[in-house]
Amino acid sequence: MNSIEIKNLSLNFGDVKVLKDLNLTIEKGEFLVLLGASGCGKSTLLNCIAGLLDVTDGQIFINEQNVTWLEPAQRGIGMVFQSYALYPQMTVEGNLSFSLKNAKLAKDEINRRVKNASEILQIEDLLKRKPAALSGGQRQRVAIGRALVRDVDVFLFDEPLSNLDAKLRTELRVEIKRLHQKLNNTMIYVTHDQIEAMTLANRIAIMRDGLVLQLDDPKNIYNFPINKYVAEFIGSPGMNFLQGKINNKDNISFQIDDTLFELDGYNFQTIVEDKRPVWLGVRPENIVVNDGNKSMPVNFDVVVEVIEPMGADTLVWSHFNGHEFRFTVDGNKVINIGEKINLGFDPLHISIFDFESEDRL
Amino acid sequence: MPNSSDMKITDGPRGPKPRKILSRRNIILYGTLIFVAIYYLVPLYVMIVTSLKGMPEIRLGNIFSPPIEVTFEPWVKAWSQACTGLNCDGLSRGFWNSVKITIPSVFVSIVIASINGYALANWRFKGANLFFTILIFGAFIPYQIMIYPLVILLRDLGLYTKLPGLILIHTIFGMPILTLLFRNYFTTIPEELFKAARVDGAGFWGIYFRVMMPMSLPIFAVAIVLQVTGIWNDFLFGVIYTKPENYPMTVQLNNIVNSVQGVKEYNVNMAATLLTGLVPLAIYFISGKLFVRGIAAGAVKG
Repeated sequence: MNSIEIKNLSLNFGDVKVLKDLNLTIEKGEFLVLLGASGCGKSTLLNCIAGLLDVTDGQIFINEQNVTWLEPAQRGIGMVFQSYALYPQMTVEGNLSFSLKNAKLAKDEINRRVKNASEILQIEDLLKRKPAALSGGQRQRVAIGRALVRDVDVFLFDEPLSNLDAKLRTELRVEIKRLHQKLNNTMIYVTHDQIEAMTLANRIAIMRDGLVLQLDDPKNIYNFPINKYVAEFIGSPGMNFLQGKINNKDNISFQIDDTLFELDGYNFQTIVEDKRPVWLGVRPENIVVNDGNKSMPVNFDVVVEVIEPMGADTLVWSHFNGHEFRFTVDGNKVINIGEKINLGFDPLHISIFDFESEDRL
Repeated sequence: MPNSSDMKITDGPRGPKPRKILSRRNIILYGTLIFVAIYYLVPLYVMIVTSLKGMPEIRLGNIFSPPIEVTFEPWVKAWSQACTGLNCDGLSRGFWNSVKITIPSVFVSIVIASINGYALANWRFKGANLFFTILIFGAFIPYQIMIYPLVILLRDLGLYTKLPGLILIHTIFGMPILTLLFRNYFTTIPEELFKAARVDGAGFWGIYFRVMMPMSLPIFAVAIVLQVTGIWNDFLFGVIYTKPENYPMTVQLNNIVNSVQGVKEYNVNMAATLLTGLVPLAIYFISGKLFVRGIAAGAVKG
């Protein structure tokens, strides 16, 4: 059963088309992450689902009910905002019970739900405090609690962790994941942080200019990006790109100046003609440093320029044929600046994109 | 390797830099401040001193000398016996008139303007910008242009020379600047808070009373200061739209001070003027504190 269906949704602000004929189906219990750079329409889409923005065209269904014209409170959703958006003059308890009082629930039912939510989120000790007396992480917990007490099937998160420091962010990220596993309700989560997207999502929708470019599970998005934009967006440090052309004479291979990389094992989706200009993309973590015995099907030499030790591994910057080229090596490996190093990769783990359309080939 | 216990403090500057109290900078700064303060306080001093003197002492002409014999007679006279026209019951009548004018005018104008500002800031209805522009335009039209049309309007409403009429006038004229004040304040409240309240099922009034208003006490204090001072000190509307028995305190003060019959009782005039100025002064001191506290409370951010 589908929890949310978005059909031909468009939204214009004056002449600016923010969402363009967007279709999206989200299953019950699914954790969907909307990922994209700022201005891609992901938060706008979330606001449309919440009913905080009137849509220009299209329909939104939540639990098979057409909610396009319904008020936010009637849609059966809970929402968590980036700035927490707690009511400063109310205590934590007041914040949690505000929606329930608006819905005119019985007093003991309100108490039961507030107690339940504060137990799940471990904020029982904070109930009498005002938001100003809470830390950032506690505030965001209360904000999640405010969605929780409403006992709804759909949770909407609008960049909930962006205002927190790095350590708290990772902690709360796990907590949100636990919460999802426990409640098993539908969650839509907007972020521009690809790590959050990768770790939390059942499926990721990568958005750009009001369109969903790719909707897939995190593994597929990472390994088989549908175009160069997605490939650049996902992964940190970012993918390396080499510009060249296809050489289809004997074996299919990638030609950059006089160098040929044989592409045996790469799964082309179409037939690719000779001399077609393409981008070859390979992730830094898929590069292997060859130690004497040349193990990888493709290999080449680069000169080490800059090294960035990051603990577990070390990021090395170099150039190959005029293109910046990064790769990671084990953190314990000793590498010197100016050293010539032989690298290799497996064509199985690369992506080839058309030069013009930047679509995956 | 340097260790804190090995480090020896050498001679030379250590700790906070010493500062001279009587430096040139301080003398100029405090000298200027004290001079300006005295310059502004002298007239007030003269008024207080004169109001505490008897007439014979005033005739001596030493306006700066403190009273030889302190008397509160002029204050009592100004409050309850000074004559304006046929009435000889002092400023007290004007005081109560001003109270009856100020309280409803302040209350009604702030209620309406805050709701206006809230609607304009948060519920962007169709034509909101046009409405706002027209309202702000009103703030730039000189009052004098509208005096006569308003006389006719009030006459046709049957409110001319009556207190409710003057209250209506004050409410209308307070609207542009107050609406601007509230609208600008409400736009600084994060939009997400408003969105959260909508998701939580609060409506137009629910959000106004339960979320926006409790967060906006400082701006309400500012509006009260503005309106109380403005309306209490108003002379023009008071003299035009009311009749002698409804005259506000300012108009009555003018009539006492400018009366041409009899002796000029400077001590009574000074006392009357001070009495009239007390209310705005008091409001300013009380709400000024509230205002600062409100801002400080809002400034505590995690």
